[in-house]
Amino acid sequence: MTAANDPVDVLIIGGGASGAAVAWSLADTRMRILCLEQGDWVKPTDFPSTGRDWEARQFGDFSISPNRRGLPEDYPINEDDSPIKVANFNGVGGGTILYAGHFPRLHPSDFRVRTLDGVADDWPISYKTLEPFYALNDRMTGVAALEGDPSYPPKPAVMPPLPLGRTGAVLGGAMNELGWHWWPSDAAINTQTYEDRAACINLGHCLSGCAQGAKATTDGTYWPLAIRARVELRTRCRVRRIETDADRMATGAYYVDADGVERFQPAAIVILACNGIGTPRLLLNSASEQFPDGLANTSGIVGKNLMFHPYGQVRGHFDQRLDGYRGPRIGAWSMEFYETDASRGFLRGYCYQFSRGLGPVATAVNGMADGLIPWGEGHHAAFQRLFENSAGMVSICEDLPEEINRVTLDPNLRDSDGIPAPKITYRVGENSQKMLDHSIARGIEILKTAGAHDITIKSPMPAAGWHLLGTARMGHDPKRSVVNDWGRSHDVRNLFIVDGSVFVTAGGVNPTSTIQAIALHVADQIKTRIHNLFD
Amino acid sequence: MIKSRAMPFDDAQRETLRVIAAAMIPASEALHLPGADDPVILDDILASTGRDTKVLADALTMLHSAAAGEFAALRSAGPGTVLERFRTENRSVAAILELVIAQCYYRDDRVMRAIGMEPRAPFPKGYDVEQGDWSLLDPVRARGKIYRDVGEGETP
Repeated sequence: MTAANDPVDVLIIGGGASGAAVAWSLADTRMRILCLEQGDWVKPTDFPSTGRDWEARQFGDFSISPNRRGLPEDYPINEDDSPIKVANFNGVGGGTILYAGHFPRLHPSDFRVRTLDGVADDWPISYKTLEPFYALNDRMTGVAALEGDPSYPPKPAVMPPLPLGRTGAVLGGAMNELGWHWWPSDAAINTQTYEDRAACINLGHCLSGCAQGAKATTDGTYWPLAIRARVELRTRCRVRRIETDADRMATGAYYVDADGVERFQPAAIVILACNGIGTPRLLLNSASEQFPDGLANTSGIVGKNLMFHPYGQVRGHFDQRLDGYRGPRIGAWSMEFYETDASRGFLRGYCYQFSRGLGPVATAVNGMADGLIPWGEGHHAAFQRLFENSAGMVSICEDLPEEINRVTLDPNLRDSDGIPAPKITYRVGENSQKMLDHSIARGIEILKTAGAHDITIKSPMPAAGWHLLGTARMGHDPKRSVVNDWGRSHDVRNLFIVDGSVFVTAGGVNPTSTIQAIALHVADQIKTRIHNLFD
Repeated sequence: MIKSRAMPFDDAQRETLRVIAAAMIPASEALHLPGADDPVILDDILASTGRDTKVLADALTMLHSAAAGEFAALRSAGPGTVLERFRTENRSVAAILELVIAQCYYRDDRVMRAIGMEPRAPFPKGYDVEQGDWSLLDPVRARGKIYRDVGEGETP
């Protein structure tokens, strides 16, 4: 027996980066807005950095892998056919809870890749379209940055940048010697008190949740404001399917509530904010007689064109103490190899995200895995040589959209509510592989120039499927895209998508800033077009 | 305080783990460091295996069998030993052994002090990070713009 709720004007599915932003933006319409989130609120006192076992707990309940966590709010993912494994978090704040807070925008060229480089497709929107929403999102988030980065059009800084630290000085010096671009990263981390959120105290554990609240996560930025403006956020509610009527309009969604009761939530507008795996999973699970291949999927491309950003990691060890386990892992970036240069043997490019050192457990575990720290005699001496002396970088490589990289429904796997779970099929494309190889070679060059020894590489990094993009892309052509240039489904006129699945191409930077800018753009379009929204 | 959990290992598995922990991270009198087989650390390891308990129990049984039930055969990780072969042939399981042992060893008060850390959680005190030399960016500024102009005529 399914219980029916009172109808709402807007139903948002997912309370992460994009769901929070769209909820906050729509709140001023005074419409009745409800968000269903499958996870719960996370208490900052639960974050690993509050305990002595902080490094161990990042492999437990705060692991970036949903399959490793296996918590009731997580859904399993069959990732056997992918060298890159999914990283996410299910709860209020979504992936922002465990992200690094590295907050670059896409570059203007990212929206015009077909025109400029003859690959993939141009976006139906441009950097100019998103620029005001990037700026708004920077203010809402509180972005620490240094103005004047020559790799971007001018953009304001909300607060001073993160400290360069010893790591920035050593790597920055090497970049200067090579004549290559580097700059302090735009970071969603407070360097001063901002909107009642405290400044960073260099806990060093952004990736397992910020107990200080200095890292901007949407449970602390957008959500408190949206809830104060009467948006309702209902947690531990997992949506099973979206329902449609004979007019091909969404009527609401079936979900399982915190008590395990199935309910139907009627809604005039449905907005999907479940990101690049969750959104296609829900659309495919919403197949019906009218939409036999999945909801909003007459194009047949829902779930296709999955893009991850293959990561290459290069780390080295120095003869002097660097920042070690202190401070945010991020600090500076390089866009030297971002724009296309065909002489490199691949199109498009990547950014480097420079990173500080590791805690003692990570130093020991990585050192043993990399053969730098032996078992037995010699363990302590090798550990002392590496600990606090390491630094490095990851390259975030632009993945091109390819239909063979995709999200489908696994025929056997189910989540704890019995809902079919996703399967990902992915391989690193030829262009991406060449880019990865290039980034590793240049990374080694940077570290050697900086004086590093004992250099280690991982390419692609297996546990780095943070960025889940492209599986319900936007475009003008309903045959080749799922939503239009303002996020509305081509097939279902009251269904919107605001997360990373709408990306046409991936760019070569972390996507959260762009995901949220898109969510604000779509919300703005809904408000602007409210009187003829479904025409 | 580290949360205590039930210890699901039998005596042979516990002894096998103790011997392996000592072989992996031995005590050092010179550095004033206990070994990973120190009773306090070992109890912490046994209580903290969490999601890896089953894999670890199976690995310990496998190692005990490979050593023909002789703990002495597991006391060295050098070339040609049972442990060395195990590490080479079971890399992912060996990585779990390394994780569960290292994560408890390097949070022990004595060990943290010896490696120069305060024995405490990062929060709420935090740490200090130097600002660094911002003039290092002068050459980057001097080089000028590097992003591509796209002739933003709006939507293509």
